Amino acid sequence: MDWLTTVDHKKIGILYLLAGFIFFLVGGLEAILIRIQLMKPMNDFVAADTFNELITMHGTTMIFLAAMPMLFALMNAVIPLQIGARDVAFPFLNALGFWTFFFGGLLLNISWFAGQVPDAGWTSYVPLAGPTYNGTHGVDYYVIGLQIAGIGTLLGGINFMATIINMRAPGMSFMRMPMFTWAIFITSVLIVFAFPVLTVGLVALMFDRLFQANFFEVGGGGNTVLWEHVFWVFGHPEVYILILPAFGVISEVVATFSRKRLFGYSSMVFALVLIAFLGFMVWAHHMFTTGLGPVANALFSIGTMLIAVPTGVKIFNWLFTLWGGSIRFTTANLFAIGFIPTFVLGGVTGVMLASAPADYQYHDSYFVVAHFHYVIVGGLILGIFAGLHYWWPKMFGRMLNEGLGKLTFWTFFIGFHLTFFVQHFLGLLGMPRRVWTYLPNQGFDTLNLISSIGAFLMGIGTIVFVLNVIITWAKPRNAAADAWEDGRSLEWTIPSPPPEYNFKQTPLVRGIDAWWKEKTEGNTAMTPAEPLGPIHMPSPSILPFIMSVGLFIAGFGFMYAHHWLAAGGILVTFVCMFFRSVYDDHGFHIDPEEEVQA
Amino acid sequence: MNRWNVMKRILPLLAGMALLLSACGRSDLSALDPQGPIAQRQYDLMKISISIMTLVVVVVFAICIYVLIKFRRRKGDKTIPKQVEGNHKLEIIWTVVPLILLLILGVPTIQSVFGMAKDYSKDKDAIQVKVTSHLYWWEFEYPQLGVTTAQELVVPTGKKISFELVSADVKHSFWIPSIGGKMDTNPGMSNRMYLEFPKEGVYRGKCAELCGPSHALMDFKAKSVSPASFDKWVAAMKAPAVMPADAHIAETFRSKCLACHAVGDQGTNGAPNLTGIGGRQTVAGILYNSDVVKDPQSEDKTVEENLKTWITNPQKVKPGNQMPSAADNQLTQDEIDGIAKYLAGYKLDY
Repeated sequence: MDWLTTVDHKKIGILYLLAGFIFFLVGGLEAILIRIQLMKPMNDFVAADTFNELITMHGTTMIFLAAMPMLFALMNAVIPLQIGARDVAFPFLNALGFWTFFFGGLLLNISWFAGQVPDAGWTSYVPLAGPTYNGTHGVDYYVIGLQIAGIGTLLGGINFMATIINMRAPGMSFMRMPMFTWAIFITSVLIVFAFPVLTVGLVALMFDRLFQANFFEVGGGGNTVLWEHVFWVFGHPEVYILILPAFGVISEVVATFSRKRLFGYSSMVFALVLIAFLGFMVWAHHMFTTGLGPVANALFSIGTMLIAVPTGVKIFNWLFTLWGGSIRFTTANLFAIGFIPTFVLGGVTGVMLASAPADYQYHDSYFVVAHFHYVIVGGLILGIFAGLHYWWPKMFGRMLNEGLGKLTFWTFFIGFHLTFFVQHFLGLLGMPRRVWTYLPNQGFDTLNLISSIGAFLMGIGTIVFVLNVIITWAKPRNAAADAWEDGRSLEWTIPSPPPEYNFKQTPLVRGIDAWWKEKTEGNTAMTPAEPLGPIHMPSPSILPFIMSVGLFIAGFGFMYAHHWLAAGGILVTFVCMFFRSVYDDHGFHIDPEEEVQA
Repeated sequence: MNRWNVMKRILPLLAGMALLLSACGRSDLSALDPQGPIAQRQYDLMKISISIMTLVVVVVFAICIYVLIKFRRRKGDKTIPKQVEGNHKLEIIWTVVPLILLLILGVPTIQSVFGMAKDYSKDKDAIQVKVTSHLYWWEFEYPQLGVTTAQELVVPTGKKISFELVSADVKHSFWIPSIGGKMDTNPGMSNRMYLEFPKEGVYRGKCAELCGPSHALMDFKAKSVSPASFDKWVAAMKAPAVMPADAHIAETFRSKCLACHAVGDQGTNGAPNLTGIGGRQTVAGILYNSDVVKDPQSEDKTVEENLKTWITNPQKVKPGNQMPSAADNQLTQDEIDGIAKYLAGYKLDY
């Protein structure tokens, strides 16, 4: 019950982590089934339409229900601590964001049990996803599930933007913020601008499907290329929403474990901002073969190539952070160091793809599959693993087992390269993506087999991680406050796990890497910026949970055209909103005496 | 001296890469073994970008490995490294160098983008082909010549082939990797592209846009022949249809098949045109005909056998396609055999 009503950012972070990781396992299982099917030519392990359902759900789940929530988990667990705040700006909204994500994801995955699963790819291109060519409820689950989950993401984005702007400890100017906080700040801005676009697209598709509108129906005057534009105006920034937090994690981990401050801090910040800006300008590079004409293709080619410049700046800054440092090879740092060359490989294939005429060959082939898995798995997932191993002691007060951690790293890392490196060649040899099977004697057989073996290794790596978590759970909570001894930012100044109110007294920040600065000057604690006093805390509330259940019910109502059910669900949500508005809850205070006991 | 040493190591690597890439895959399919000028140009761009990118990767990997070995923490080492803020000179270098590298790639990219977008739709010398994609087959119409065929595009060598691409249902993507990159077919809008086939041969074409259960099986063939053969092919396509000799089979074929299909001047083009199907490389794009293709594999069957397989149960070959099974069509085994035999013998002389 405590977990259903919590508004504490640390607990919400754990909820995000748990839910996100479960969806990660589901998406991973789907990936394994896909790779079993493609292990040999003309395999009949799964049927053609089941395969299309698997790839659609794998993509959708991994992006929206696994990667993003795990990032939200790290944000929630770390950001308020890093900026010296007691919670996020809007704790109630934070809880609401989690529950809408959770029920949206649940709704999407119930499609497996309903037997009508989305099968038009994670990009859901019309007309394949439109009512004319997709008559079952499959795509409805996609549209409504993502719509509900999207509310959560948008709330999170707004919340973290407000938190980072308003709740930094005294002395922490923007240019003294830790790199992870910077990355999350920029990510939040991207979310706030990109997610409404997805919402609009999903609403239009929903109207086409549920109410026979004609946004994308060619027969009724609609335009199918419109969906591609709307989807990618959201979809391209989404890639940066995923990867920027990973950049932040790597910056923290690399600096900590080489005992050095981040090289070129201000250029890192500038690179982040530039990547975010350019990220919005290049969506049509997903559409070089749609037929937009040479002018558009030329402009979007050059725009896309430019992103390589700030990205390169970041890579070299990381390398020069390590340069001259005292590098410790913990599991977290192994993942961070593994990230750098892997992401470079993903980045250079990105530049290759940016060359439009060559992309006429790469597009929708396995080359693209290889490229984006290098970026998203080799970038983002390695980043998340680095972050999890790094902040685990802070989140849970227990150190993950290093031996098992290293085993996770090596199996996952080798498996990853085995799976995806060969896929570049499959694409160039002529294998289109999203194919359920392939004929023998086309030169695809061996490479596909290698790829599938790699996927199994990645699966083993993930299982080892799960084992590590279970084993760690049985151990006592004995992690030190500064668990890695070389911590640089504020989260390492408070106990692991932190008390409910985080900071007894808000710390005073006197420079970049605030905690490191104090340590090198011989201090054992931060200088407080306020006297010891009662701490104001928000009250827990069940309303976010009920509101999300309301939306969940409404989703089913819309889908199966039971409009009274839909209205009922919406009503539940609105009644909750009403109570939230009229009932003044001032929260409670924790007195200084209690603090000492805790 | 030092720089030269690095180059000495990189150059053979690049050469090795190029060699490795060019030796890959089937020449009638692989984008790494281009068989036409468009694919060649794309391959040249690939080579430029792969060389530049290999250079970048080698530099990054070299720094990375050096750093990891040189600066690892020794046991008991408690020293605090110097807290370096940054270095403007270095940061400017790794901003400017990538810009130069991108310029090297950007210029030919722009040239090729506009070069490949040239419109030959009004060119009297070019062959016009209208490609219409359907759930899971390809229709090729030659509006100048008044000919329509399906699944096997026939073109003369040495001419520009100007394509107009459109879809009859969902999005597909028209792709012949060894001849040139792909272009999507959108419903309600037409796209243009051109290709050239300098050499005679049969090239494998694919659909690259997810279009439903049989997306993976939506293959087609592009066959380039000498201009003289092409003219003969056009004439043969326009000749009156050859109907089955057996009156009962002819009647069954007319009533059951020609409602959707066409042969010569008979029937309609709602389903793939069957004129000369006995001489095509495949049935349904994926069942290779052992008596037609140059390199038959052990699992390939004759045209007649493949046709029987297809007519009897098309869903088993290509799930989700529109063709009714023999049972739905109420065809007896004799009728299936008769139609398959007739179609297998329907070859064009060109």
